[in-house]
Amino acid sequence: MTFHITVDGREIPVVPGQTVGAALHAAGVRSWRTTRFGGRPRGLFCGIGVCFDCLISVNGRPPERACLLEAEPGDEVTTA
Amino acid sequence: MTQDLTYDLVVVGGGPAGVAGALTAALAGLRVTLLDSGARLGGQYFRHAAVPRREPGLDRFLRQVRELGARADVLTRHQVWNVSREPDGDVTVHAHTRDASGERPVTLRARRLLIATGAHDRPLPFPGWDLPGVLTAGGAQALLKGGNVLAGRRVVVSGTGPFLLPVATGLAGAGARVLGVYEAGGGLGLARHPLLALGKAAETAGYAAALVRHRVPYRPRHAVVAAHGEREVEAVTVARLDADWNVLTTSIVACDTVAVGYGFVPQIELGTQLGCDTRAEPDGSVVLAVDAAQRTSVPGVWAAGEPTGVAGWAQAEVEGRIAGRAVVADARPQAVRGSDGVLLRRRSRGRAFGAALHEAYPVRPGWQGWLRDDTLVCRCEEVPLARVREAQELGATDARSVKLLARPGMGWCQGRICGYAVSCLAGEPPAPPRRPIAQPVTLGALSEAAPPDAGSQDDPAH
Ligand SMILES: Cc1cc2nc3c(=O)[nH]c(=O)nc-3n(C[C@H](O)[C@H](O)[C@H](O)COP(=O)(O)OP(=O)(O)OC[C@H]3O[C@@H](n4cnc5c(N)ncnc54)[C@H](O)[C@@H]3O)c2cc1C
Ligand code: FES
Repeated sequence: MTFHITVDGREIPVVPGQTVGAALHAAGVRSWRTTRFGGRPRGLFCGIGVCFDCLISVNGRPPERACLLEAEPGDEVTTA
Repeated sequence: MTQDLTYDLVVVGGGPAGVAGALTAALAGLRVTLLDSGARLGGQYFRHAAVPRREPGLDRFLRQVRELGARADVLTRHQVWNVSREPDGDVTVHAHTRDASGERPVTLRARRLLIATGAHDRPLPFPGWDLPGVLTAGGAQALLKGGNVLAGRRVVVSGTGPFLLPVATGLAGAGARVLGVYEAGGGLGLARHPLLALGKAAETAGYAAALVRHRVPYRPRHAVVAAHGEREVEAVTVARLDADWNVLTTSIVACDTVAVGYGFVPQIELGTQLGCDTRAEPDGSVVLAVDAAQRTSVPGVWAAGEPTGVAGWAQAEVEGRIAGRAVVADARPQAVRGSDGVLLRRRSRGRAFGAALHEAYPVRPGWQGWLRDDTLVCRCEEVPLARVREAQELGATDARSVKLLARPGMGWCQGRICGYAVSCLAGEPPAPPRRPIAQPVTLGALSEAAPPDAGSQDDPAH
């Protein structure tokens, strides 16, 4: 019942209903952007949409919170 | 999309408090709508995967959700970013949502509002806390409950409060190796855990048995005081602490994940936007002040669950039901059935439990000594401790001036994550939040819906 999304061209599995953040974390991708000043890697922190650490651009859209955004079949994300 | 319809009640938040309040009002025949930012109702405690696990408590909650869906408008994936009061006393609720056609604003009008927005974790900063693999305790729990995803394979749980126990046993039960529960407070150990004194013997025994079964050591007066790693956390420094949380001795524990939490921060900004009175809890959090009927100081506005004080999901549900009944009494006195007696007694017991927890798990000041000059206090604006101290030397004597000079709390999270730590560093109790925009919205949605003064200096989305 799983489907796939691609991360930097690599396919990772998603269970329907999982967020982009949960799917990435489950696939061992635990950071996907770097900070503005220090270039520090960031991924999930609060897990519930509060901290904004997990911002990610899906299919070229402006950044959204990966922990809130449900993954859709064929979504493409790139990490920094 | 603007609707002409005026609801009898709009509820913000679909956790145990919001669902109980909305259902109580809907069953009495009121026109109710409930909004939640999540994809599914449940809030934090009843968060569940798209195919929910079978479990009596969750089954019961989901039955309530189905009943609610049959009697009220339930709007999931709707984030409320502002509420305001009209001259006639109605409340206007501004939300936005995203669907296949993109982002769009949603504006609702209601005679009454119930704020049931829950809480978020309260982290404390420490060196390396921004490394990937360090999550809040609630974040680790949310991954597990919402997506059946393990936060990591070799996990360390640290912080203070009874919430660390379900997080650790949940992770261990799902297959993670939990290397230890490091409880900064509670010098007495699990056998004398404060939950026991609060009449939660069965619950505590259950957690204790689960920790033993999975061979998870429980170490009171210990905490993770630093995380180490290049691109991810690879190890932590665990310290033995004195009663004030100063470091006594340290050791290194190799791990791939840290789940850390020092209590919760109630989400009250919708109440403060409306000018609701607040009060301080013994643990330093600011909550909305409510009367016996869960009514805030602003007419037509009720609050239930964690925005009025943290005391667990069952208490949140009781408060939601009391608020729902009070709303019915206000809208349709003839529809009120029975008396509130049992609910009120349960609520007083729950409040006593919450107060006892706050007393049993205070945050002690020694944590400030865990920080180094370059430790980030604010993750969003990347403000290290040294900049906070500099601002204080320049004369910033309170948290607000520290914020203006060094900019902690001025980023995307609007100080939700660092606000508590910054006020501790400034040596003052946390102040009620001032956030005209409760949830950052896209500029597009803003320009379509917002009054011209909706933004402000406190809005990081400028
Ligand atoms: C991350 C996390 C995980 C937790 N896990 C557990 C657990 O496993 N076990 C346990 O005993 N306790 C847990 N807790 C404590 C838990 O919050 C309470 O026991 C209980 O869920 C409180 O119920 P509530 O109805 O007050 O709020 P919640 O259950 O938090 O419900 C509030 C709801 O309001 C929504 N919301 C908030 N603001 C807005 C807005 N502006 N617009 C739209 N919707 C909004 C939220 O998305 C949420 O669904 C957790 C807390 C956190 C922060
Ligand atoms: S992890 Fe905090 S907002 Fe997504």
